Amino acid sequence: MSLDKLKQIITDVMKEVDVVIGYKQGFDPLHATPCFITKPEQVDQVIWNPLCVQNLASYLTSLKKKVGVIVKGCDSRTIVQFMQEGLIDRSKVVVIGIPCTGVVSVRKVLEKVKHEPIEEVKFSDDGMVIVKTPSGETKMALSEVAPDKCETCQYPTPVLYDHLAGEPITSTKDPQSVFKDIEEFDKKSLEEKKAYWEKEFDRCIRCYACRNACPMCVCQDSCIAESREPHWVSQKSNLTEKMMFHMIHALHLAGRCVECGECERACPMGIPVNKLKRKINSDMKVLFGYEPGVKPEDKPPMFTFSVEEKNIEEHKL
Amino acid sequence: MADTGFIPKEKWGAFIEGLAAKAQVWVPCLDGDVVIFKPYSKDQTLCFERPANSPPKGVIFPQSDTLFAFNFSKDPENPQKVMVELEEKLDFPKTIIFGSRPCDAKGFLIYDRPYMQTDTPDPYYKGRREQTAIVTMSCQSTYAGCFCTAVGGGPADKEGSDVLITELDNGYFIEAITDKGKEILQQAAAESGAGHEAEALKKQEAVRARVKDPFCANGKPEISKDLFESDEFWEEELSKCVSCGACTYLCPTCYCFNITDETTFEKGERIRSWDGCMYNHFTLEASGHNPRPTKFQRFKNRVGHKFLFYPEKYNGVIACCGCGRCIRFCPMSVDISEIVSKLQKQTGSASNGK
Repeated sequence: MSLDKLKQIITDVMKEVDVVIGYKQGFDPLHATPCFITKPEQVDQVIWNPLCVQNLASYLTSLKKKVGVIVKGCDSRTIVQFMQEGLIDRSKVVVIGIPCTGVVSVRKVLEKVKHEPIEEVKFSDDGMVIVKTPSGETKMALSEVAPDKCETCQYPTPVLYDHLAGEPITSTKDPQSVFKDIEEFDKKSLEEKKAYWEKEFDRCIRCYACRNACPMCVCQDSCIAESREPHWVSQKSNLTEKMMFHMIHALHLAGRCVECGECERACPMGIPVNKLKRKINSDMKVLFGYEPGVKPEDKPPMFTFSVEEKNIEEHKL
Repeated sequence: MADTGFIPKEKWGAFIEGLAAKAQVWVPCLDGDVVIFKPYSKDQTLCFERPANSPPKGVIFPQSDTLFAFNFSKDPENPQKVMVELEEKLDFPKTIIFGSRPCDAKGFLIYDRPYMQTDTPDPYYKGRREQTAIVTMSCQSTYAGCFCTAVGGGPADKEGSDVLITELDNGYFIEAITDKGKEILQQAAAESGAGHEAEALKKQEAVRARVKDPFCANGKPEISKDLFESDEFWEEELSKCVSCGACTYLCPTCYCFNITDETTFEKGERIRSWDGCMYNHFTLEASGHNPRPTKFQRFKNRVGHKFLFYPEKYNGVIACCGCGRCIRFCPMSVDISEIVSKLQKQTGSASNGK
């Protein structure tokens, strides 16, 4: 995909919208940051590379204006899910899709370079990331430092778009292995799983970065985590309350989570929160044959009801 | 007695263990790929290579702190009469924060003004603060987003610490700064620090030169009030913010709290827990009115408190220690240093490119 082509598309789209959301270079060479383009001279700031990790579709529900938005394959599912749930007015959104060959996990890169200050980041055509720090250059394959979601990505090309910047890419990842990690994890005993989650959630500081970065967490300011009436969760900072919050977060996303991984990426304490949501998604697939955010005409299973559910034995009287 | 000492690398572990025998010692520990302060124990993997993801502020200002417990009961003779018992626990053990960074230590000085240096000091904060010694490690490197020198600090700044330790090639140079620090140095049975001072200074200076100064102000950034009051400025700079509270909870100088009664049937506790101005409910009034309904107003307050209101109240002291955590861990890479530098008087334009 050429950056010039993307900029051309943005310039064209700007004629029909109030703002285009894209990416620009962030505070250091390893970070990109969302940019809201409202003036033609801002188009030049736009970048596109594997640092463009944020799911820009997340902003759509909070914007009242007509918006152009850049989406990767995974992010595009957010828009489809919004449509299924009636959360956006599709006529007010212009989707600029980018076929994506994978992004980086900043945490994985930092781990590789031992958390040294980053001086320069380059990407080669053969899928390598070259990171320069005071102690020299480190070369790593993009696949080594990609977030887990990229390893099993089924939708490198957006599932929905109005403009596509680049040629469509077909996934080469085995669709059967999407939930392999979850199946592996499921083999652990109940005690092992409990111990695992207790250790992970103990680090939670209840900053709600996972919630606020989640495109599907639409309650936001009315979240049960902070509400006093009803008073579901106390403000105490203990494991019980932290777990309660995360369980509710996960359950509220049953059949809704598009697996963009923003919750996990946003967590400053490195808690694998997406795993819970993926577990529920894998169950949703078995029970309802449903995958969130793929077809706009689908109805999320939790939004509907059948007396006889085909795959739920307990329903049969 | 000299106020400096030297501990060879092989005696480092024993030094920390010795301190842990006499006080509760909080140390930065590796947990997965995250560094957090935890009470010292032998099975923890200590990590001094980089600053902890979250500062040690919770040691003195816990995320949730029980002020007292209460228990309602009814008089069996007169069921209409409800009695309440209160139980308060003010017990603050001797504590050492070991391995904080100069920015973390400076954070507590920001807290001291509203919590201790007033006519009505906060007993919980004061109790813990007085029992706690702060042993700081000078920074050996800069870290993504950090800018301590631009807000009056430095990678080997002593302000706020009781002891400053600088890692040398074959050991650790220890400087006792306060009386509490001298006590720790004495306990350490350290070798004489003489002869190591020059190496320590050289290391400290080398890092200092690498810290970025986003304000280029040669001192403190001075904020343009006109720009600060411009809604367009905040809307342009903050559109990408998702209004989570990671920046406030990871901030060594954010000290806002909420007080709630957490009750189960007749028993409960009144707790004080961290709160943050980035949350909608922070300013939500009982009437339902919210004077800061948008993220733009909330972030404006966050910047305002640190760079305008606090300095106005406390002799020009900026309530930001430049640790860079709010930048480093922001899911959307919102950069407070970039925003403040744009707000500076000489800039004068809300949209100067990047």
